[in-house]
Amino acid sequence: MDQRLIQLDQGSGGRAMHELIDGLFISAFSNPLLAERNDSAVFEVGAGRIAMTTDSYVVDPIFFPGGNIGCLAVHGTVNDLAMRGAKPLYITVGFILEEGLDLGDLEKIVSSMADAAREAGVQIVAGDTKVVPRGKADKIFINTSGVGIVPPGINIGGANARPGDAVLINGTIGDHGMAVLCKREGLALENEIKSDAAALNGLVDQMITACAGIRVLRDPTRGGVATTLNEIAEQSGVGIRLFEEQIPIREDVAGACEILGLDPLYVANEGKVLVIVPRDEAQAVLSAMQSHPLGLGARCIGEVVSNDPGRVFLRTRIGGHRLVDMLRGEQLPRIC
Amino acid sequence: MKYLDEYRDPQLAKSLIESLRRRVYTKDEIRLMEICGTHTVSIFRSGLRKLLPPQIKLISGPGCPVCVTANEDIDRAIWLAGQPGVIVTTFGDLVRVPGSASSLNIERSKGADVRIVYASLDALEIARQNPGREVVFIGIGFETTAPTIAAAVKQASLSGVDNFSVFSVHKILPPAMRALLEAHEVRLDGFLCPGHVSIVTGSGIYEEVVENYRVPCVVTGFEPLDILQGISSAVELVESGRAEVVNMYRRVVTREGNAAARKIMDEIFEPTDSTWRGLGPIPKSGLGFRREWKNFDAVSRFSMPEIKVKEHPGCKCGEVLRGVMTPPECGLFRKVCNPQDPKGPCMVSGEGTCGAYYRYYQ
Repeated sequence: MDQRLIQLDQGSGGRAMHELIDGLFISAFSNPLLAERNDSAVFEVGAGRIAMTTDSYVVDPIFFPGGNIGCLAVHGTVNDLAMRGAKPLYITVGFILEEGLDLGDLEKIVSSMADAAREAGVQIVAGDTKVVPRGKADKIFINTSGVGIVPPGINIGGANARPGDAVLINGTIGDHGMAVLCKREGLALENEIKSDAAALNGLVDQMITACAGIRVLRDPTRGGVATTLNEIAEQSGVGIRLFEEQIPIREDVAGACEILGLDPLYVANEGKVLVIVPRDEAQAVLSAMQSHPLGLGARCIGEVVSNDPGRVFLRTRIGGHRLVDMLRGEQLPRIC
Repeated sequence: MKYLDEYRDPQLAKSLIESLRRRVYTKDEIRLMEICGTHTVSIFRSGLRKLLPPQIKLISGPGCPVCVTANEDIDRAIWLAGQPGVIVTTFGDLVRVPGSASSLNIERSKGADVRIVYASLDALEIARQNPGREVVFIGIGFETTAPTIAAAVKQASLSGVDNFSVFSVHKILPPAMRALLEAHEVRLDGFLCPGHVSIVTGSGIYEEVVENYRVPCVVTGFEPLDILQGISSAVELVESGRAEVVNMYRRVVTREGNAAARKIMDEIFEPTDSTWRGLGPIPKSGLGFRREWKNFDAVSRFSMPEIKVKEHPGCKCGEVLRGVMTPPECGLFRKVCNPQDPKGPCMVSGEGTCGAYYRYYQ
């Protein structure tokens, strides 16, 4: 049987493109707004402020243990909305496909996007497809944009951290980055490391219900926990102190980081959220997190302090202190 | 993967720190050099320095392979990358090290074919896949990496790959330790010797340093606990006036080392004079090709021109590598030299002292 491959004319605006859109995208993402086939989706919004975000996905490899570029593109945008306390509603998707992409792979990616959207309770209401000649893109790039509604009374943002606040996380760090890297480098471990890619809006909803006074939510994706906390420390003009022994990390992720010479604090996550809450509400938020499937491993990993504004420190297991700088350049595997 | 935590037992580490603090010292200052870059980084990552009593001073030494590579060798690698039809392969960090006027990274962005590999056998594979082109591997590192590169050369010979060569700038450690001690520029009371190198060479290579210079050498592993045990042992030796080699990394290091690794290294390479950044030329401190294997030597395969070296004015990597200066004492540190725009190799490498100060130390 011939392998079905993406052809240039499937992005040309003609019949081939319409067949691809109708046969694959509209049927997979099925919802009335998309089915209208208009130039833009028009919908009512309720009371509150609108949150809006966009992100592009170029992950290599496009399939990795625990997910693929498709579900990642949905989760990422849903999470960016959830990090402001917004309820994610609608998503758009733009595909840039390389000529020769396996159509079977595209179908798998699209179907996993549809599943991810359904699970997160969002609708994919508009889209675009381009096909570029072989070698001008790497298999598939996806852009997603999303809108959501921020309920009244919620004010969550990176500049809100205050000295005395607690720093929480919903589980183990570094899973996504190491899942992708181990796959890319062909590093065979006893058990495959799976990406933590997940939509966090359900978890966030539960946390906000428990405590409307959450100050900061942020998903530590590229650059990892270290870089994200540095951003918050800078935005809020505070210092952050982490406790090494409290930071949850899977043994196999720690081991793989050790082999490749990487610091897990800088490795990407796709289903984790860093939470900053007033100290006296930390326990309530922690309990709310731990009662959600994506927060079972939630822990308090640090505190916000007034000294050293803009900087993050780590109290090490042996009781030493060291600076945790923002990621600079790429982490390179060790050479000796 | 249970092998990590038992060597990170925080309670044991804290009690070692406590006993080092409580100890009564006869000396005002005990100066220990950790030679290996991996030690330096582990010391900074665990925040160990500030936990030690003021009598114990840790000095970072010339143990990062990228850092000790001389500018002229970086320039030669860059020259090789500029030759028509040549593919230069190397380990990651080296591509960012600035030479006299450029770096492999800059040459790559201009169109040179420079590829990062994770193992020397990957470079050999590239040679196999590109029979019409010359593939040169830039061989940097100490006794740890040299055997794997020797193995790749042997493999190339056995499988008849004739478009593969190695530019060997490998270094061996004991001659550098001798050079540091002979220079009398910095007082050293003891060495913390690298575990990885010692796995290959055995702890025996330090015996001659101990005998000739009466400076104790302690071989240690890389976990904070390993390093603390190494420091405790070195302090004990210095305080009691004993010059000995002590192996604190017995779970992997023997006195004789790895015979198979040494055999293949000795088969392909022989000690040769080599220039170190900061330390200058040191007799028999590098590894060059034996005569029988010269056809795999990039130096014989290409007729390299005389290279005029220009050092970056103000860069103190040499002083840092000799332990006479700490990075914050360099006028470029943090001001114009940082990991994104490094002026010298000690800021580039993940194992470099300047990079470790920049990332982990306030």
